[in-house]
Amino acid sequence: MADEKKLAAYICKGCGLGDRLDTSQLATIAEREGKCKIVREHEFLCNADGVATIRNDIENEGVTHVAICACSRRSKVEAFNFDDVAMSRANLREGVIWSQPDTDERRETTQEMADDYVRMACAEVGSLSKPSVNPNHGSNKRILVVGGGISGLTSAIECANTGYEVLLVEKTGALGGWAAKLYKKVPDVEPYTAPVDTGIAELIEKANGDSKITIYLNSTLSRTSGSPGQFSVDISTESGSTQTENIGAIIQASGSEVFDANKLGHLGYGKSADVIDQAQLEELAKAANGGPIKRPSDGKEVSSVAFVQCAGQRNSDDENMLAYCSGHCCNTSIKQAMYFKDANPDVDTNIIYTDLRTPGNGEDFYRSAQEKGVTFTKGFVKEVSVNGSLNVNFKDVILDEETAMEAELVVLATGQVANSGLDIEEVPQDEAGKWQSNSESVLNLVYRQGKDIPHLSHGFNDSHFICFPYESRRTGIYPCGPVRRPMDISQAIEDATGAAMKAIQAVENAELGRGAHPRSGDLSFPEFRKEGCTQCKRCTVECPFGAIDEDDSGYPVFNESRCRRCGTCMGACPVRVISFENYSVNSVGAQLKAVEIPDEFEEKPRVLVLACENDAYPALDMAGMNRFDYNAWMRVVPVRCLGSISMSWITDSINNGYDAVLLMGCKHGDQYQCHFVKGSELANQRMSKIGDTLQTLNLEPERVQVHEIAITDIERIPQIFNETAEMIEKIGLSPFKF
Amino acid sequence: MTEVVATNETILVVGGGISGMTAAIEAAECGKDVVLVEKSPALGGRVSQLYKYFPKLCHPTCGLEINLRRLKALSKRLRVITMAEVEKISGESGNYKAIIKIAPRYVNDNCTACGACGDAVEAEIDNPFNYNMNKHKAAYLPFNMAYPQQYVIDSSIIGTADADKAKAACKFDAVDLDMKEETLELSVGAIIWATGWKPYDAAKIQPYGYDRYANVITSVEFERMMDRFGPTGGKLLRPSDGKEAKNIAFIQCAGSRDRNHLAHCSRICCMASLKQATYISEQYGEDAEDASATIYYIDIRAIDRFEDFYKMVREKKNVSFIKSKVANIIENADNGNPVLHGVDTEGYQRYANEHDLVVLAIGMEPGADITAVTDSVHIDSSGFIQVHVDNGGIFGAGCASNALDVNRSVQNSTASALHAIQVINKVSGAEA
Repeated sequence: MADEKKLAAYICKGCGLGDRLDTSQLATIAEREGKCKIVREHEFLCNADGVATIRNDIENEGVTHVAICACSRRSKVEAFNFDDVAMSRANLREGVIWSQPDTDERRETTQEMADDYVRMACAEVGSLSKPSVNPNHGSNKRILVVGGGISGLTSAIECANTGYEVLLVEKTGALGGWAAKLYKKVPDVEPYTAPVDTGIAELIEKANGDSKITIYLNSTLSRTSGSPGQFSVDISTESGSTQTENIGAIIQASGSEVFDANKLGHLGYGKSADVIDQAQLEELAKAANGGPIKRPSDGKEVSSVAFVQCAGQRNSDDENMLAYCSGHCCNTSIKQAMYFKDANPDVDTNIIYTDLRTPGNGEDFYRSAQEKGVTFTKGFVKEVSVNGSLNVNFKDVILDEETAMEAELVVLATGQVANSGLDIEEVPQDEAGKWQSNSESVLNLVYRQGKDIPHLSHGFNDSHFICFPYESRRTGIYPCGPVRRPMDISQAIEDATGAAMKAIQAVENAELGRGAHPRSGDLSFPEFRKEGCTQCKRCTVECPFGAIDEDDSGYPVFNESRCRRCGTCMGACPVRVISFENYSVNSVGAQLKAVEIPDEFEEKPRVLVLACENDAYPALDMAGMNRFDYNAWMRVVPVRCLGSISMSWITDSINNGYDAVLLMGCKHGDQYQCHFVKGSELANQRMSKIGDTLQTLNLEPERVQVHEIAITDIERIPQIFNETAEMIEKIGLSPFKF
Repeated sequence: MTEVVATNETILVVGGGISGMTAAIEAAECGKDVVLVEKSPALGGRVSQLYKYFPKLCHPTCGLEINLRRLKALSKRLRVITMAEVEKISGESGNYKAIIKIAPRYVNDNCTACGACGDAVEAEIDNPFNYNMNKHKAAYLPFNMAYPQQYVIDSSIIGTADADKAKAACKFDAVDLDMKEETLELSVGAIIWATGWKPYDAAKIQPYGYDRYANVITSVEFERMMDRFGPTGGKLLRPSDGKEAKNIAFIQCAGSRDRNHLAHCSRICCMASLKQATYISEQYGEDAEDASATIYYIDIRAIDRFEDFYKMVREKKNVSFIKSKVANIIENADNGNPVLHGVDTEGYQRYANEHDLVVLAIGMEPGADITAVTDSVHIDSSGFIQVHVDNGGIFGAGCASNALDVNRSVQNSTASALHAIQVINKVSGAEA
């Protein structure tokens, strides 16, 4: 790329900008202070002519850096789409004329805002480079699937059907997993009248017969390193042999285990052979193969059976039990009751439940069971007594009485326990250079932050985001099936297909060196100046996605394809050696320094607002769209995440005479809303220490504030701005104005 | 004229709610060409009308912002056409023809959303974004985060002086009153049908008097009340007299799990009511003694880790649960309060409970009937698209395929995106 940097600024006069602002003054600022070689005003910059003007300057005038001084960076994105130059946007419309009242009294401060935003856009773009693709990206497109149950088989077959090679690793000696142990499954298409074949035999046959799928039985992963497009895995067999393979992405379909029913002694488990769990009933049903089901103790044909729902589940008071609901067990018990009824309608089948949970078309299946004579009783089972006969003692909540039911067989509907490997928040991490394989781990990742994917809750490693179920915390690794969340077979099949989609997308984007969700398509990546690094390890510890490892001397090793481009490492680095081509300590630092700070006699405070680009910044735009006016002292800079905020921006602002700094980011804590997981929380922790620094400078700690802002806080942000202005009025201007 | 390039390597996505957007974006981020058509003037669908999500109580517009940013970055391979409906699909997997009708917006791409036309126009029309609970100008931006960020001029004012005012007010030549309905014929290889859901017609549940009593509303309407930009400015004001509703009843399975109405369980309604019960503490404070929620239910279907949310709500002092299918509602003529009659099945007690406001946890039915445009797709007896080999290269996504919550819809549409890609890869002979 040519070293010659040529800046150009384009100042739009449309949407009232020309009426409200002195645009020729803005042009002069762009030229003199912004060092723009070309500055043009345009009546209507986003129309075809405006866009063509910019395009022409890029192609024929050698413009390499473009500052668009018009509307918000969120508006007219398609028009201002020049991916061959570095670009910045000065938000003069939503951020200035729409948020400032059109009065004589405010004309001067409105113009000052616009002047500053033009200065900032020029300073920002001058410090950016057009992102060049990360040279260190891989292009391996093979997909590794961990787990050969119905989820893993589905993922493998779906990937192969799309044209991708698959390695399928299964821990046991056979494919099929939990589904292979079932006699039949709950139907997932009409009619919902009877259990249907699981289809697992066909899936196994398909996988075995597909030349694109290589199957490793009795095998586990003993070592996984690398990043999307260039993972390397050691596949070890029980016999001790190990094979190393290169792959591009990973689908973790490691499934679930059945809850240990031995913990349910009060329900008779372990005390009578005729108290069993749902898994054992499937074995009996398989053995009966449509004939009468016989009880384990003496082989007698069962004439009465009671199903106890939520056995060991939905109980958050006892840590030995499961706090959650496993979702599938109501339908499973209904299916199992039908095994009895379909073989012999005279068998007494009772399902004792608290809430019968058969969402969607499960309702039709439930109704079919009622028609077949399955009895449903709402009650809380206290115990199952075992004295020759089995008695289920429960409180019938409909009749409001303690009662008992005798049965020849009792089936406990126990839940699913995720097979998600190590809880890396609990397990001590290996030191650099001392990594050891762990047999309890599913993935055995050679990652600084631990060997498996972080758990979300109850041991499942689901995404935290409702809109983005595949937003996993390890780029290029997608959990699916009941390891991600408790689920039934039909959901697992769908989930496995979705995960296959994401894995394929991951390898395609890795090949192009592009970022993954939520900054998908971003070509920038963290760059690191090793000479300045003090090996403090903050970046390696704090990266929310485990993207950074350490070498033997404690220097960070950036795995760019694992990076989500949030900049948390940049915010963590005390010596400012981490940056992105299109976002850096300098690019924001230059903006805050570009703002003209009026001297103290002018009595015009300046407040730097660092706003999360996904929530606080759009909320501010919407405040403008609704013409909710706000204080004119604010100068807003969008940031990728509060986690990316460098402490130097705060100290520079204070030293430059800003009167306050506001950080606006997403909600943190258990129900965090930050899409970079920890960014907002980390910023909050880092800023908690700034108060001391301020006090050593004889400054009030309230000059630096962190606010949790949601995208809907469209009215609240202007209020916070006004309160900040009042606060400054009360405590006085910063003494650091020169 | 709307110009669209599409080939049999293009995926057509029908419906621009979260399912359609997800399918379109996921496929395009995988390098595929996509055309996304949406019936209304903006993307976002029903999710954009929600105040908060369960169980995180976060705002759906946060995810919409991320999806819109992804979509804008993909503008070279993902083409969005709004106000467009599919009229007919013919052909076969890998080679479909879709006839698409585009209604006139009367505003072209020059629009900067400056708002001058909206200021100029006087006529007001029902606001469908707020389920017609209020009105907005006949030249309008559908909602704050509407994409495309372009105004719409309602066809009802075309030919009136108001329309001319809108045209005169626009400085950018963006108002085009001569715009006509257009018909496009697209060649596409695969089709993802993501037309979402609609609330069951509450008036059909006669004993609840939705069409007779002002203070009986649906859950989707209640949701809009919480939005600062909704019909009540973010307050829970009951329709009859505009008073703050404090003693609120939620009736579960309104239309669902009922062979007279919808045979299926709509899956989302239990969690939606639990979520809406938290709105009461949000409005009036956790300790407000005069504000309460009563949930009338058959089963609380808070599956998997939603159980945690159910537990949290159950522990709230101001939320109570009555296991009962409400028999009927009679209005107290003196104060407009709905009175709920029924039997509490836990102990078999009859009740006649008076509330300020009743929210029907309304069931979900498919948003559009795909069999009207093609006869090659299988649907089930509820109208949802059923997975079937005969469907060829047409795939249901999200609530077009079943009653699903947002998370499940996204999961489902991500899977559908892959199925569509498989068809396209076969057409192009692509190998990894």
